[in-house]
Formats: sequence, C-alpha cells, structure tokens
Amino acid sequence: MLAFVIITFVKIAVVLVVFLLLIAYLTWLERKLLGHFQVRLGPMRVGPHGLLQPIADGVKLLFKEDIVPANVHKFIHNLAPLLTFIPALIIVAVIPFGSGIKILGYEINMVISNFNMGILYILAVSSLGVYGLVLAGWSSNNKYSLLGGLRSSAQMISYEVSLGFSLIGVLMMAGSLSLVNIVNAQDKFFNWFIFRQPLGFILYLICAIAELNRAPFDLPEAENELVAGYMTEYSSMKFAMFFLGEYGNMINISALATTLFLGGWHGPFLPPVVWFLLKMVIFLFFYIWIRATLPRFRYDQLMNFGWKVLIPLALLNIFITAVIMIL
Amino acid sequence: MTDSFMLQDYAYVGFFCLIGVIFVIFVFFLSRLIRPHHPTPDKLESYECGELPIGSAWVQYNVRYYLYALIFVIFDVEVVFLFPWAVVYRSLGFFAFIEMLIFLAILIFGLVYVWKKGALKWV
Repeated sequence: MLAFVIITFVKIAVVLVVFLLLIAYLTWLERKLLGHFQVRLGPMRVGPHGLLQPIADGVKLLFKEDIVPANVHKFIHNLAPLLTFIPALIIVAVIPFGSGIKILGYEINMVISNFNMGILYILAVSSLGVYGLVLAGWSSNNKYSLLGGLRSSAQMISYEVSLGFSLIGVLMMAGSLSLVNIVNAQDKFFNWFIFRQPLGFILYLICAIAELNRAPFDLPEAENELVAGYMTEYSSMKFAMFFLGEYGNMINISALATTLFLGGWHGPFLPPVVWFLLKMVIFLFFYIWIRATLPRFRYDQLMNFGWKVLIPLALLNIFITAVIMIL
Repeated sequence: MTDSFMLQDYAYVGFFCLIGVIFVIFVFFLSRLIRPHHPTPDKLESYECGELPIGSAWVQYNVRYYLYALIFVIFDVEVVFLFPWAVVYRSLGFFAFIEMLIFLAILIFGLVYVWKKGALKWV
C-alpha cells in the first residue's frame, strides 16, 4: 500500500515537471521555428542555440513588477489567470502516454488515471478555460480587454460544438470514453483513426486551432487592433499564467490528437513514450507552421465558417460513420 | 470493472487536480513575495495606447455575442446527449441508428431554423 502511494506521488510529480518543461520548450520551439520560417535564427544568445532562453524568460517573469491598474476589479483580475492555467494543467491527468511498464516488480501504468470517462472530463475541463478569458477581459476595465474577452468566448464556444461532434465518430468506432481503450483500439497501423475517420480528423485539427485562439483564428489577440486582447492589463506572473495556459492547452490538444487519431503510444522499435512524444511534436510543429503561413480570418468569416461549414460537416461525419458501421 | 476501481480512478483525478491547484496558487504567491512593487499614478492608468481613457469599459455590449451563447448552450447539450449513444452504438445496431437519425434531424432542423432566422449572420 505504501509503495502504491509513493508510486502515485512520483508519477504525479514527474508528469507535472515534464508538462511544465514541455510548455517552456514549446515556447523555445515556436520562436526558433518562426525564426527559421522567416529566414532568421531565432533565440541564439542564452545558451547554445538559445536553449536556456525559456528558463531565463521564466525567471524574468517571476521577478517582474506586477502592474495592476487602479480601476480594475481586483479579485476577479487576480482570479482569471488562475482559472486559465488550472484547467490546462489538470487535463493531463487522463492522457495516457505509454503502455504499462514493470519497475522493481511493480506494475506501473503510464497514465495518472485510467478514467472511464476520459474524453468527457477533457471536454468539460477545457471549456472551463473560457471563464478565465472572459473574466480577464471584463475585470480589466479596458476596452481592448473587453473586446478580446468577448471575441474569444464567442469563438471558443462556437468551435467547441464542432470539436465535440468531430470526436463522436471516434467514440462510435472505439466504443469507449476511456482514452486507454481508445488507444488499444488502434493497435495496428491501419486501425489508426486517422484512416478510419479522415473527415473527423480534419475537423478536429481545425477546431483545435480555433479553441487555442491561434493563427489563423487569433482574433482575440489580433495585435494590430486589440493590442493583446484580454491580456492587455496583465503583467508579471499573471501574464505568464495566461501564456502557460495557452501553451499548456496546445500540448493537451496535440496529446489528445495523438491519442485519438494517431494511435497514441503504438509504434515499432522505439519505446512507447518516445513514440507518443514524437507524434505530439508533429502536431505542435504543424500548429506553428500554420501560424507562420496563414493570414488571419475576418470576424464574420470566422463565425460563418464555424457555424455554417464545420457543424454541418461534423453532423455529416457522424451520419456517414453510423451508416458505414450499420452496413 | 468493479465500483471500487472506478472510485479509485476518480480519486486519482481528484488528487491530481488538488496538487495542480496548490502548485498554481503557490507559484502565484511566490511571485508576489519576490517581485518589486513601486506603483505611480501613471503606471496605474488603463492602457489605451498612451491616450487617457474616456469613460469606463464596463458598458453594455453587442447582443450578437449573447445570441451565439444561447445557440451554443442548445448544441453543446446535444453533443453531450450524443456521447453515450456513440459509445454503445455498436451493440445497439439498427434501432439506435434510426433513433439517432430522428434526433439528428431535429438538431439539423434547429440549425436550419436559426440560420434562416438570421441569428448566425454577423453584422
């Protein structure tokens, strides 16, 4: 029993540390890749190839003065960054990043909790993130923030519907809400849901970018009209928490895409965890690539695309899947 | 899977959430302890690109956002209704297919209605 508790503790600690390191190095990866996409070098000064840059940034943000304007709603202004970061952090609890291994005779599952309603949990928690953004926008008492907060909440709820619909095809084929069971349903290469649910996969990719508020759907923080959107009045660690939340969500979305569509940890030769991380990095690379490539949508285009194109397509996907499975 | 197993899984998630929340709040207050604090009246102005802000930002705002929120609530609930159906679809077979067809038809009818009413038009 004691060993059991210790294993759980160690597992949680390792997952938290790795997750935070991944967030830190995701910012490095993004700056580096954007640099090379634009024929620059990206960060080069702090450490070899700027590898210590994320740590320097973190320390800087921790020691930075926190400027809270006089006319904000203090309590909510403080609460909003926490409400953004915490959901991003606790989603990790149900993501399986490898099959079980044996260390010193103890069977260790490479997932914090093999929750039998994993996907429902992820959807529920990730939609909590909207509260952080909209409260941040409102409490700042700043017009840019208010507009940014409203925009991002309208955008996130619009695309959340199609995100939910796009997952249903996978659930029908896997017959389970548990992420471990879904990965087990994709044990062979041609069983991966990317081949059995191509439309669902594409819909998921698009909705995920919109959920993350990233280019080309980055209207909530369209720099040239809204300064920084809902984060305009934030500085220091509170600003860092919005950032951590955003990049944490990016990692979660990629991890979920890997689990649902790319067969999770399955793969030859390399250990399962390595496969999982590799597939995740492919998605992260893709999202950064999209950011460097595509210009921003106009707001009416964004809303129309979400409601008039993605939702009908997602319903169609459910229908096609149902028909194919009944035949 | 027995009930105790399920409870255990819930407990893990709850435990992880607890540690996550404690960690985030700890970092929040840690930074409060070590950072400088020198407010001046100019620093505490709302940021509006260097101009003095005119009026509060707490104003009533475009009802358009509200309509989308209402439609969202309806559709998101329908997504949640579809989840249990999707999970047991394979074992239920043809009957479940027809049932869901009716459900989806109502859903699509709702979408078409909202569309025709012009609630999805951004102005």
